[in-house]
Amino acid sequence: MIRFENVGLRYGMGPEVLRDLTFSIEPQSFQFLTGPSGAGKTSLLRLLFLSMRPTRGLISVFGKDTTKIAKAELPSMRRRIGVVFQDFRLLDHLTTYENVALPHRVSGKSEAEYRPDVIDLLKWVGLGDRMHVLPPVLSGGEKQRAAIARALITQPEVLLADEPTGNVDPPLARRLLRLFIELNRLGTSVVIATHDFHLLEQVEARHLILNDGRLAVHD
Amino acid sequence: MTGPKRPAKGQKAPAGKKRPAGGRKGVAQGKRKRVAQKTKGVRKSALLFAGREKLAPIVPPQAIPGQALMLVVAIMSFLACLTVGFVAIINDAANDWTNDLVREVTVQIRPADGVNMLQEIDRTLALVREFPGVGDARALSDEETEGLLQPWLGAGLDLEELPVPRLVLVEINDPELLNLAEMKAQIEQDIRAASVDDHRVWNQQLSGMANTAVLVGFGILVLVLFSMVLSVVFATQAAMSGNKDVVEVLHFVGAEVSFIASEFQRHFLWLGLKGGIIGGAIAAICFVIIGFFSENDVTSISGNQMQALFGAAQVGAVGYVGVVAVVALVAVLTALTSRLAVHRHLASMD
Repeated sequence: MIRFENVGLRYGMGPEVLRDLTFSIEPQSFQFLTGPSGAGKTSLLRLLFLSMRPTRGLISVFGKDTTKIAKAELPSMRRRIGVVFQDFRLLDHLTTYENVALPHRVSGKSEAEYRPDVIDLLKWVGLGDRMHVLPPVLSGGEKQRAAIARALITQPEVLLADEPTGNVDPPLARRLLRLFIELNRLGTSVVIATHDFHLLEQVEARHLILNDGRLAVHD
Repeated sequence: MTGPKRPAKGQKAPAGKKRPAGGRKGVAQGKRKRVAQKTKGVRKSALLFAGREKLAPIVPPQAIPGQALMLVVAIMSFLACLTVGFVAIINDAANDWTNDLVREVTVQIRPADGVNMLQEIDRTLALVREFPGVGDARALSDEETEGLLQPWLGAGLDLEELPVPRLVLVEINDPELLNLAEMKAQIEQDIRAASVDDHRVWNQQLSGMANTAVLVGFGILVLVLFSMVLSVVFATQAAMSGNKDVVEVLHFVGAEVSFIASEFQRHFLWLGLKGGIIGGAIAAICFVIIGFFSENDVTSISGNQMQALFGAAQVGAVGYVGVVAVVALVAVLTALTSRLAVHRHLASMD
C-alpha cells in the first residue's frame, strides 16, 4: 500500500532528519510509530501524507511512485489517506458537523448525500449531541474525536494519527485506541505516531521506532 | 476488544439515539432556534437539517479585509467610470464638430485693387449655387462682419474705409453630391482674390485632439484598473495569510486547488461587484449633475464656452453602457485576480 525504499529527508542544506528508511505499510495493518521527541516522527508522517517529497529514495503510495504523481492527482490521493493532527486543525468557524463533513464537501458531494453518514459517525464517536457546537466550546477530548471523525468520514484506506492521545486523559486515550482498533478491523490501515508508552503497551501491534532519523521495525 | 460499531453507509443510527428531527418543523424548530441562540458557541444553524439554513462558508467572510478592499474597488471604479464618461463626452463632441464642419464651407474674398467687393460677392453666390449638393449660400452682412471684428478693432467701424475681407457662408445639404475640389478650383479661377476654406485643417486638428484625449482616457482607465488589480492581489495575499489554517486544512482533506480558489473567488467577486456598483453609481450621479449644470449654465462666460465646445456636456447612452461595462469588468477582474493569486499561493504549497 505504502512502500519506502532508502528514503532520506533533509530540510534545506541541513543534516538529514530521516535516513535510509525502508519499510512498508500493508493493507489493514496496525502500527505504532514511536521514538523520542525530535526523532522525525512528524516528518515521516508528512512524507506518508504526500505533504513533502523525500530528498532521496523511493516512496510508493497506492502503487504510484510519488515523484511521478502529478500535482492535479494529489488531492484524490490525499482523500484516500485520513490524517489526525496533533493540534486537531478544526476550523473554528464551522460546527462540529461541518468540520466532519468537510472532506465530503470539498469533493463536491451534496449535503443530502453525506448528511446521514456524518451524523452516524458523529454518534459513533460520541459527539451526537455536540454536532452544532463550534470547536472553541468543545473539550480537548471532543476536539480529538471530531478530528478523528473528520479523518474517517471518507473511509480512507490509511489513517495517520499524530499523537492522538496527547491531549486527553488515560480513560479517553483508551477509548480512542479502541476506536482506532475497531476502524482497523473494518479494513483501514492505521499508523499512530505516539510516545505514550501506556498506549503502546495496550495493544499487540507492529512498532516502527525512529531514533536519530533511522527506523527500526519490530513486528 | 470491544468498541463502538461503525454503522455501514446508509444504515440507521443505533436504536435509542434520535436522529436530528429533519421533518419536524414548527414548534420544535422555533424552540431549537431560541435555545441555540442562547447557548454560547452553538451556532444559529442548529436548524441545518431542517434545510432552512445553508452550511457556513468554508472561508469566513470576516477573515477577508472586505471593507477596506471594497472602498478601494469603489474608488477605482468611480475613477474608471469618470474616465469612460469624459471620453464619451469628448468623442460625442468631436463627432458633432466633424458633422457640423463638413456641412459648411467658407469663401473668403480679400480686398484688392480694381475689385468691386459687392459685385464679387454676388458672383460668388451665383457660382456656388450652381453646384449640386449646395443648400444655401449667403454673405455675412456688414453688421455680422463688424461684430466679428469688434473684439480687435472696437465699435463704430466703417467697412468701406478698411480693406476688410468679406465672407460667404455656403451650407451643404448633401456632402456626397458636392464635388468640393471642383467648386474650390472654379471659385479660385473665376473670382479674383477669393479663397475657399473647407475647414479641413481645423477638422483634422480637432479630430487629432479628440483621438489623443480618447487614447489618454483609455491609458488612465488601464492604469486605474491595473492599480485595482494590484490592490486585489495584496488583499488576496493578506486573506490567504489570514486564512492559512483554513487553506492548509482544505489542502489536507483533499480539496482541489480549483475548489479552494473558488471559495476565495466567491468572496472577492461579491466584494468587486459591490465596490464596482457603488463607484459606478456615484459616477453616474456625477454625470447627471454635470449634465444638469452644463445645460443650465448659459449665463456665465465659461458656461458659454463649454456649451460652444462640448454642447450640453451630457454623457450619452454609450457612456452609461460604459459605466455598466466597467462595473462588470471590475467584478470579473477582482474575482479572476483573487483566483490567480490563490492558485499561485497553493502552487507554492505542493
